[in-house]
Amino acid sequence: MVAETLKTNSSGLDSRSREIRKTVVKILEASRRGHVGSTFSLIEILRVLYDDVLRYEPKNPKWSERDRCILSKGHGCLALYAILAEKGFFPEAELWKFCQSDGILGGHPEYGKVPGIEASTGSLGHGLSIGIGFALNARYEKANYRTFVILGDGESNEGSVWEAAMCAGKHKLSNLTVMVDYNKHQSYGTTYEVQDLEPLADKWRAFGFAATEVDGHSVEELRSVLLNLPLQSNKPTAIICHTVKGKGIPFAENNLKWHHKNKVSDQEIESMLAALEEN
Amino acid sequence: MRQLCLDTVYELAKKDPRIFFIGSDLGVGTLQKFKQEMPERFFMEGVNEANIIGMAAGLALEGKIVYVNTIATFLSRRCFEQIVLDLCLHNVNVRLIANGGGLVYAPLGPTHLAIDDIGILRTIPRMTIVAPADEAEMARLVPQTVDYPGPIYIRLGKGNEPILTTDDVPFQIGKAIPMRSGTDALIVTTGVTLKAALDAAASLSKQGLEASVLHVHTVKPLDAQAILDHAADVSVIVTIEEHTLMGGLGSAVAELVAEANFNPAKRFKRIGIPDVFPEQYGSQESLMERYDITADKLVAVVASLVEQRREPLQAMAT
Repeated sequence: MVAETLKTNSSGLDSRSREIRKTVVKILEASRRGHVGSTFSLIEILRVLYDDVLRYEPKNPKWSERDRCILSKGHGCLALYAILAEKGFFPEAELWKFCQSDGILGGHPEYGKVPGIEASTGSLGHGLSIGIGFALNARYEKANYRTFVILGDGESNEGSVWEAAMCAGKHKLSNLTVMVDYNKHQSYGTTYEVQDLEPLADKWRAFGFAATEVDGHSVEELRSVLLNLPLQSNKPTAIICHTVKGKGIPFAENNLKWHHKNKVSDQEIESMLAALEEN
Repeated sequence: MRQLCLDTVYELAKKDPRIFFIGSDLGVGTLQKFKQEMPERFFMEGVNEANIIGMAAGLALEGKIVYVNTIATFLSRRCFEQIVLDLCLHNVNVRLIANGGGLVYAPLGPTHLAIDDIGILRTIPRMTIVAPADEAEMARLVPQTVDYPGPIYIRLGKGNEPILTTDDVPFQIGKAIPMRSGTDALIVTTGVTLKAALDAAASLSKQGLEASVLHVHTVKPLDAQAILDHAADVSVIVTIEEHTLMGGLGSAVAELVAEANFNPAKRFKRIGIPDVFPEQYGSQESLMERYDITADKLVAVVASLVEQRREPLQAMAT
């Protein structure tokens, strides 16, 4: 199976990917909780988007020409928070108040509270429809901004994802890109066991998308596809990003106990930081 | 009522480029002129209501004012989470035009009856729920929805309701309208049951009982002040609505009255649909009869409660 092959070929992490992960571990050290596995599979997707692809102004987060990015799998928000803080959307100090009563960063990202968050997500299956609204508005206004929606694989069990996919295909929204963080694991088990999505790329094609598959931890592969959008001039794009849940922390990789983690111990924090040094 | 509502949206859209329309899979020819003249702002998206709500939220987050139209229950029941999260949490200007509020779709059975829509939507922060009584009121409502902040649910009646509302009192979303005054009882109504309320008040008057009628076209935000002001002067309060007894107007008024610390001898009763799935087809009218949502029932309830209210007082006097 393509997915399994790509998983084992994931490239090693460079220093930037390790640094972002260390920031996430420091957030965990402060909060002792979070969707660890779902966050670490997502780092390179967000890193490449925010380093190389998206147009935005951190001090003017409502800039009308900015590209819109929705993290529809909102539970991966630790990765997004780490990157948004680094880019200057909000002070780094907010990171250490994750999930606390005096903080703005909750366990799922909230529109209106967090600069740079385009839509409140967390309940799965909402982001793509909202993104379609953004993309249709760009078409109506003849604006050049683009819309990116990041979906989870477990999220893709939701019927509303496929309602939205049908709609985006119908409208030939070439200014819309879907990225699926396909780490092959959901909460209870593998996607193959719980609700198999295969053939996933072909599903998106059948719904009217131009689809491709990349190693979701390969910065080069992600850049290569994201800097050449759309894949086809008259279709929305779907990029299936083959990833590893918990990527970068060997004891958390593909380990369902790390999907969501409570009461993260000092020992676990130390082990995670050590793993990121060695990787 | 629906046609007038949609025609008004079309007229408003001609003047306001922020206005978009999204339908699900509506009847052929719906808003044909809108589609022809403003195709870039007209969408007919098929039977995917959850997606439509999210899409509307996305457009509204970009500053558009989006009117969505489909059958009431496919909004309130099927799209509940999208309404809560995509519309109300984001506080966007999306207007839900809900066909067939209440028992309108009686011949089509319980899958199509929106008898719980007010109760469902009333739980959501930032939601506005409006149920006009007739077309004249709809005509006054729709222009006000353009710049009203946040999501709005517009509950449509069947159509061809008698015109009972006037512009004597300026229409304002959130402001109940006193339709008749009296000191023996207060009848509180929303939407098309205004007719039963006014007919009942007229009959009661012939019996020597004068009832106030308060038309609460906006069930949320509730005009608590108007209800409490009117309730203060009477000994009997009865609500009537084309809705289940749980969670609708009657519940909202009960909550207010219970917390208002009125004299406990004040009598209160709700008229509406009991806790059942309607088991008959027929017509809106026949189901209204079946569940006693009628002027006759209202007269009987008010008269009976006034009588009960008098008894202890008379007993105390002797």
